Amino acid sequence: MNNPQLDTDGQLRHLLSIEGLPKKILNQILDTAESFVGVAEREVKKVPLLRGKTVCNLFFENSTRTRTTFEIAAKRLSADVISLNVSTSSQSKGETILDTVDNLIAMHADMFVVRHAQSGAAHLIAKHVPPHIHVINAGDGRHSHPTQGLLDVFTIRKYKPELHNLRVAIVGDVLHSRVARSEIHALTTLGVPEVRVIAPKTLLPAQVEKLGVHVYHDMDEGLKDVDVIMMLRLQNERMNGAMLPSSEEYFKTYGLTPERLALAKPDAIVMHPGPMNRGVEIDSTVADGKQSVILPQVTYGIAIRMAVMAILGGGTGVAL
Amino acid sequence: MKIHIKNGQLIDPKNNINDKLDVFIAAGKIVSIGVIPEGFVATKTIDATNLTVCPGLVDLSARLREPGDEYKARLASELQAAVAGGVTSLACPPDTDPVLDEPGLVEMLKHRAKQQGLAHVYPLGAMTRQLKGAALSEMNELHTAGCVGFSQANIAVTDTQVLWRAMEYAATFGFTLFLHAEEPFLAAKGVAHDGEVATRMGLKGIPSAAEALALASILRIAQETGASVHISRLSTAEGVAMIRTAKAQGLKVSCDVSANHLLLTEHDIAYFDANCHLKPPLRTQRDKAELSTGLKDGTIDAICSDHTPVDDDAKLAPFAEAEIGATGLELLLPLTLKWAAQEKVSLSHAIERITKASANILGVAAGDLSPNSNADLCIFDANEYWKVSPKTLKSQGKNTPFTGLELAGKVKFTLVNGQVVYHD
Repeated sequence: MNNPQLDTDGQLRHLLSIEGLPKKILNQILDTAESFVGVAEREVKKVPLLRGKTVCNLFFENSTRTRTTFEIAAKRLSADVISLNVSTSSQSKGETILDTVDNLIAMHADMFVVRHAQSGAAHLIAKHVPPHIHVINAGDGRHSHPTQGLLDVFTIRKYKPELHNLRVAIVGDVLHSRVARSEIHALTTLGVPEVRVIAPKTLLPAQVEKLGVHVYHDMDEGLKDVDVIMMLRLQNERMNGAMLPSSEEYFKTYGLTPERLALAKPDAIVMHPGPMNRGVEIDSTVADGKQSVILPQVTYGIAIRMAVMAILGGGTGVAL
Repeated sequence: MKIHIKNGQLIDPKNNINDKLDVFIAAGKIVSIGVIPEGFVATKTIDATNLTVCPGLVDLSARLREPGDEYKARLASELQAAVAGGVTSLACPPDTDPVLDEPGLVEMLKHRAKQQGLAHVYPLGAMTRQLKGAALSEMNELHTAGCVGFSQANIAVTDTQVLWRAMEYAATFGFTLFLHAEEPFLAAKGVAHDGEVATRMGLKGIPSAAEALALASILRIAQETGASVHISRLSTAEGVAMIRTAKAQGLKVSCDVSANHLLLTEHDIAYFDANCHLKPPLRTQRDKAELSTGLKDGTIDAICSDHTPVDDDAKLAPFAEAEIGATGLELLLPLTLKWAAQEKVSLSHAIERITKASANILGVAAGDLSPNSNADLCIFDANEYWKVSPKTLKSQGKNTPFTGLELAGKVKFTLVNGQVVYHD
């Protein structure tokens, strides 16, 4: 079956998932993003790559950070941007996803940035739209959040350029996390030799080791000598139910404290996709400490999203 | 009407026939095989040269969507689909709207089906009222109205006390219970096999253990109560092993597998193909291999289509929200043939799994061509390929994981009660 993300020439047509994308395309996006990092420091923070194009942020699930960074990225590329919070409008009136999409196509949207609570929603839309329209997955269920995965490896590359020498630990709720899946695929595709996941069994999906990761249940053991620690957000609804007894117990067993951070390499960096639960998965002194790169992640997120939109928008994708 | 079917390869597993023999039909019954009866003058001759002639297929699970879900499918469309697929008898599960728990409803369904004059319809009554898993339905009344067995469709009985009583009651009167083995708590909100593919796709999984746990309860209670139980749509290797043991212990248990599960695995979900959203979920290569082994060695008795027509809109949703089911009546024969070819199983053995074996489970007079039996036949070309597409399917449900595939096995004629009800 054809990879729905690539066109017949093997070029990126939609960005739906990191899985299935060749290393060449991941590097193309990362390298393009490099050229966009500087745009934000210019006096006029704009390049004209998407002038005259309409980017439609279609969020069926709430988001602040991701939606805002996509919006900023599109605006810096000079696109017109519409942001729709569909969860509060047509969906509640019973309109189907594809009807919503059709209506926006009729309004001449050129690119869709889609977030949805169900895995596969972005694929469904990508399959439905005409060939000149591009779809970027901004998070679908537990499946994928490719721009997050890309911005995370972009951040890692900035601090630790030798990816083929790294040991990376992903900590927390892998089961429900599209971020974790995207990070794992991005890291393994780019040749990071050792990716670990650290979590209790209740927060790991079946046969997770088949994604190419080493599984640890003991936080101290898992953090030993790692170069990068990627924390995952623990959603409130998971904390006090059948998955975990309490947030206090979780922090005691899997929270990232300064003592635990000391087990990693001395120059290890700490990442988090946000929003953080301070005192649940991460201690404030670590989150705000000198090894934290959590805020640079956000900044680089804009460059990555600009790069993806520029490449899909058809230009050379390089900042002028 | 007297019909002479000549020059066909006759396969009748029940009577151990696999030979070039003519069939003679009069007054809706088989009157003779091989030898022309004295004074027989055919009013119609069917030339079956290069074709296979076999008993009409018997499907253990086909949803017709009436009453209640007529926008998904109608009796007329689905019974047309049945005969186009060579299916002349079928059992339909009770999960209609309203549920088949009232004798009047069953009588109406039987009557309306009969009016179509196509395939014979054998309803499975609801085992519990409203399928709620609490109070037993009026099994005797429903049986009198035409139910050939009782089922919970896909809805599990969580209360083992109720399951026990249902089995005791059914055993009292010799009724068979048709049960789908899935422990509902482990399966809650699951949409795919809990394994590598579900993990990659971020889909909530249904572990194999959900089938094993439900099966353990059902088999243990069947053993205690002496009930006759049929397990619908087995999906796991472990399930096959459990049924094998139960049969060796002498339990009155039979089971089937759907054609989909015999040929597909979790990997066929590919890029969220909603046509692969099925109940039970498609499982691993190993499960598929064991289902096949079980079918070959007789642990699994029959293949069903699990025909579940769904309207297109209901499939145009993200995988988990897409409605469960696939069309199947017209694919039962070609998929069974495909399995037989892949596994090097004889045509006769494969046909038995969709005729005699399934008729035995339902306890209906069908699935063989013995003299004086109903002249329900399927005449097909085992070597003709046809492409599965919304255009070629008669069913109102056009969704199947096999869309776009070329399959061998084209039905040429279907006869019900000695009448040609389908002709290609």
